[in-house]
Amino acid sequence: MKTGKNTRYTIIALVAFALLLVAAEFLFDAFLKRVFNLCAIYAILALSLNLVNGFTGLFSLGHAGFMAVGAYTCALLTMSPEKKAMNYFLEPIAPWLANVQIPFLPALLAAGLVAALFGFLIGAPALRLRDDYLAIATLGFSEIIRVVITNLQGITNGAQGLKGLPAYSTTFVVWGVAVLTTIFMIFLMRSSFGRALKAVRDDEIAAEAMGLDVFRLKVVSFTTSSFLAGVGGALLGHMITTIDPKMFTFMLTFNILLIVVLGGTGSISGSVIAAVVVTFLMELLRFLDGPMNLIVFKTDGLPGLRMVIFSILLMIVVIFRQRGLMGNKEFSWDMLAASGLLPKRKAGSGAEGKEGGHA
Amino acid sequence: MTFTLFLQHLANALSLGSLYALIAIGYTMVYGILRLINFAHGDVFMLGAYLAFYGITMFSLPWWGALVLAVVVTAVFGVGLERVAYRPLRDSPKISVMISAIGASFLIENLGIVIFGGRPKGFPVPEVLSRVIRLGAVSVQAVSLLIPAFAALILAVLLWVVNRTKTGMAMRAVSTDLDAARLMGVDVNKVIAFTFGAGSLLAALGGIMWSFKYPNLSPLMGVMPGLKCFIAAVIGGIGNIMGAVLGGFLLGFIELMTIAFLPDLTGYRDAFAFVLLIVVLLVKPTGLLGKRQSEKV
Repeated sequence: MKTGKNTRYTIIALVAFALLLVAAEFLFDAFLKRVFNLCAIYAILALSLNLVNGFTGLFSLGHAGFMAVGAYTCALLTMSPEKKAMNYFLEPIAPWLANVQIPFLPALLAAGLVAALFGFLIGAPALRLRDDYLAIATLGFSEIIRVVITNLQGITNGAQGLKGLPAYSTTFVVWGVAVLTTIFMIFLMRSSFGRALKAVRDDEIAAEAMGLDVFRLKVVSFTTSSFLAGVGGALLGHMITTIDPKMFTFMLTFNILLIVVLGGTGSISGSVIAAVVVTFLMELLRFLDGPMNLIVFKTDGLPGLRMVIFSILLMIVVIFRQRGLMGNKEFSWDMLAASGLLPKRKAGSGAEGKEGGHA
Repeated sequence: MTFTLFLQHLANALSLGSLYALIAIGYTMVYGILRLINFAHGDVFMLGAYLAFYGITMFSLPWWGALVLAVVVTAVFGVGLERVAYRPLRDSPKISVMISAIGASFLIENLGIVIFGGRPKGFPVPEVLSRVIRLGAVSVQAVSLLIPAFAALILAVLLWVVNRTKTGMAMRAVSTDLDAARLMGVDVNKVIAFTFGAGSLLAALGGIMWSFKYPNLSPLMGVMPGLKCFIAAVIGGIGNIMGAVLGGFLLGFIELMTIAFLPDLTGYRDAFAFVLLIVVLLVKPTGLLGKRQSEKV
């Protein structure tokens, strides 16, 4: 396949993606738009988890905690003083927070930075641990963050959560951040830093023998991932426009882990594609939780059935196809051509096509 | 704070600690042999409690009959879980096995929601056990005394099995070196299945006794005790049965005593265990009674 042709495909895909975004913003109904935007947020989160789990080989289960930090930071920075006064009826808000209000983008950046700070503070001790100990310690930290948020009534409004966040997470914002994150990840993994991370993943001892500062690499990777998780959490908060500590349980980390594993640990395009597929599947399969009439028997709604399917899916993938959708490979036009899909000139949806533009 | 009040809290801490110890043993046994955190252990605990619940309410069995039946069924379930979710991945990277374990845990929880219903159920505690006994100035439920006694009995049996029987010897061999044990003619699969069976049995017992003391069943009831008991096992030194017991008691005591003497911290109750875990991991990563393992290159 000639490169010229590939470039043409890339341009077509990019234009299609841009058109899709415009169409989404102006034509989609509220529900579809929400699901579509959720895809972008999950893509950001999956990429950030993949950076740690897939590329650096550290099994972290603490993502929900960093998302909570990001979401709360951003919410507290963007909410107007009046809104805050309305929310804090059990205990007044801490005076130094009451009148703070800054625009969304700096707040988003601050959310990422605060989450990164937490990531650094947690990572510096925790990353001395390995494998399952690291997993359980990060899980522990995220639980601690959640419990602390629940109890800091004067700052986070405790279990009541925050309501009425400004709905800043529009289609262009979330997809814009998702595209930036994807591009960032692609350049990161192509850099010598990214190669060093992969070396740590493949063989820590060999990497150390080659003169890499393994511990420092791990901390930087973990901190970067926390930054992205914080941004993702902030976007999620401003999309749903209400946050509370119960949102950020292990369940949330599980959803993201599901996307990373299905997409292939160590594949950027895999994470993005799986984020779109899983998010849509999760919404499409919602009927499973509702009442069903299966001719043979009737049910009055079986809440939980949807997650049963996803758990089984996760286990099947891990047991029978460990590489997930993409393994550790990236999407490319040649790959699509090899599978015989390309000649028809119909190359997936815009979201997937965009990925190809940079791969 | 009077001495009687202290004794009262001590009695409560003793039974909570025994429950933690029972569940922590299951984690430690599985980890000792497979180097695997059985994330689904807390959900097996939940399953045991629900089976006993249905044994009593649906089949009107006497409580001890339901207990025996639930424990046996849960043990079989544990063996099946290992066969389906863990055995195919025995030679895979650790992360894969752990993802499978997390998947299994979510599967059991959500199946629990589908089958048992998400609404919490009240456990019918037999009258014999809920009776309040007065010991001097301290009044405790009969079950709070029964739990430590029962836990001690089970621990004695378990230690006898591990240290004195041939199966126990095989278990120790597999935990020291799986491949070498296989070469020596130990049926590794059988030993692992036995370990999972025994661990699930203990989890079910723990779950049922937990429900006697805290009679509130929900499909997610196993999550927090599960995490805490894993932490107890790590604190004591994972892979070491006495360590799990020590960790369980330590955690039970610290949790209840902190709440009793510093009531302001009650909201942070679920975080204690994690803070303790992180401190122990950073200071003595192998736990209080754990042996140091050097890494082979």
